[in-house]
Amino acid sequence: MGILVDHISKRFGDFVAVDDVGFTVEAGELVALLGPSGSGKSTILRIIAGLETPDRGEIFLTGRDVTSLSIQKRKVGFVFQHYALFKHMSVEKNIAFGLEIQKQNKDYVRDKVNELINLVKLKGYEKQYPDQLSGGQRQRVALARALATEPKVLLLDEPFGALDAKVRDNLAQWLREFHHKLNITSIFVTHDQNEAIEISDKIVVINRGRVEQFGDARSVYEHPDSKFVASFIGQVNVVDAVARDRELYIKDTAFRIENRTGEPLRDGDVVLLVRPEDVELTAESGKDAVPVEINRIHYRGSHYEIDCAVGGIELHVSENKNNFQRQQWRQHQRVFAGFKNYRVFEAEEGHHRIHEKLKELGYIE
Amino acid sequence: MQRHDEIPSAGAVKVVRKPNGLGKNLITAAVIGWFLVMILVPVIGIVKQAFGSGWKPFISSLLTSATGHSFILTLAITAAAVVLNTFFGVILALTLVNQRFPGKLLFEGLVDLPFAVSPVVAGFMFIILFGPKGWMGQWFEAGGVKIVYAVPGMLIATLFVTLPFVAREIIPVLREFGLEQQEAAYILGASRWRTFWRVTLPSIRWGLAYGVTLTIARAIGEFGAVLVVSGSIINKTQTATLHIHQEFTDFNYVGAFSAAIILALLSFVILTAMQRLNRRKGV
Repeated sequence: MGILVDHISKRFGDFVAVDDVGFTVEAGELVALLGPSGSGKSTILRIIAGLETPDRGEIFLTGRDVTSLSIQKRKVGFVFQHYALFKHMSVEKNIAFGLEIQKQNKDYVRDKVNELINLVKLKGYEKQYPDQLSGGQRQRVALARALATEPKVLLLDEPFGALDAKVRDNLAQWLREFHHKLNITSIFVTHDQNEAIEISDKIVVINRGRVEQFGDARSVYEHPDSKFVASFIGQVNVVDAVARDRELYIKDTAFRIENRTGEPLRDGDVVLLVRPEDVELTAESGKDAVPVEINRIHYRGSHYEIDCAVGGIELHVSENKNNFQRQQWRQHQRVFAGFKNYRVFEAEEGHHRIHEKLKELGYIE
Repeated sequence: MQRHDEIPSAGAVKVVRKPNGLGKNLITAAVIGWFLVMILVPVIGIVKQAFGSGWKPFISSLLTSATGHSFILTLAITAAAVVLNTFFGVILALTLVNQRFPGKLLFEGLVDLPFAVSPVVAGFMFIILFGPKGWMGQWFEAGGVKIVYAVPGMLIATLFVTLPFVAREIIPVLREFGLEQQEAAYILGASRWRTFWRVTLPSIRWGLAYGVTLTIARAIGEFGAVLVVSGSIINKTQTATLHIHQEFTDFNYVGAFSAAIILALLSFVILTAMQRLNRRKGV
């Protein structure tokens, strides 16, 4: 077993940062801790590393209870968001630091540092200081430094957060390959759902200090357990509706669709969450299709984004290029929208508040 | 014609700038003049007084036992104050930056108290505290240790007035340095002790050196607090500044100004060091 986080909780004063969080990471897996800022994901990572002590719960690393073990003795690798390189040391001194603390013999240290320099592609930069490197290079030094002592567990705290988009994508891809090669049990913290989906084997979605969902990227994306997960993982349309007799009526309209989610629903207000790629536009009316009007069409290179309106509700539709060209959609055209796949949640909160919340979190415009 | 004036040729630009340049030069001259009057003239005055009767009285006044003793005492107190205040200053700064405890803000404000309190007032404070009738002085007196009107009291007074320098200089450096590098070292297996020596100290070294230099400058130049607690006993509790004061009030101007020149030279060396360090600190 790799990492077991067993029901940990942590408060800072009155603020509950981590609330009864538990999950397991199998040996060799790469798991993302995904959540908005302030959700407690970094605190969880810091507790695993020993930088914070949990008020309750236990941490097991490779089958051993390390909860009361000091930071120094946990022997994890840790990569900080802002690199935390030793500024007064050269690249090679930074990488050698952990080995020198362990009092390894000089030849071993030199060989190991060389090996890592090659691995992170920094040949020729050995004598440079962190100030002389770019962000991406610094992050690679930080990674090499963390790996030098051959830890069984690698923890990365928003490893690409401080980098610009292009560097981030490259480095993220590289980390993925790199992880395949080394097969080291890893957890990385991110607030970027694309990053999580792209890189990780599994995703732990964290919200307000709690685990919202834990599963592989695909299941989290396609079968979100909660409104929060659905909206947080990728773009989503929020459609207000009323459930009555196994049917769903789109709010303030007479349009009706059958509840195909297989979930029994109590009559009352509900919310449909539909991903843009799960909305299908057709010219002809069909079963469960809702009439909409096309407001705007955006060209996005690989696909088109189409904004439609049904009643007072905006619907974002994503359609691939071929489909779009076949259909020849035009602005102000009246068409029909079918929902290929959607999730229904009972609306304990009003439409307005959910919208507000999602806007606030930056998931919808 | 008018149009021509609006688009000045290269020559015209120079004409326009000239009065501006003159104004600038005037200000520069005034500034330099002011500082000459304020700094250079007094220095020349001191030198003139010291060498007023030639080299011989200058040298011989420096070779008296009272002068020698006063300088040695100043250097000894300074050395002790630097060692003690560097040690405690670093601990103080590390505590204030890295630890969370109730009343931290108030405590941080208190660190600056020696800056705010007049040295003379501080001196009297120690007399009240450590004098033969003071509530801590009684203790020491009973044990046969004299604090006030003796070297220990002078050291305490100097420690007090120079207390904030080291801590104040390294607190901002430590804040900017942050916890992350220290945490990174812990995770790599380094103990707190090794982390301090290998990671923290090298990162704050220039700030620390600057704080130490300020401490030295202040300890050498300290007058008020030390005057009050020392009693200024010749060959016993007279530091260099007290000695100069004594000579001056005794109308021995050559003696006073000769010692003052040596003290001024010391200050000049420290000032140069300070400027160098201040430049490196920013790097």
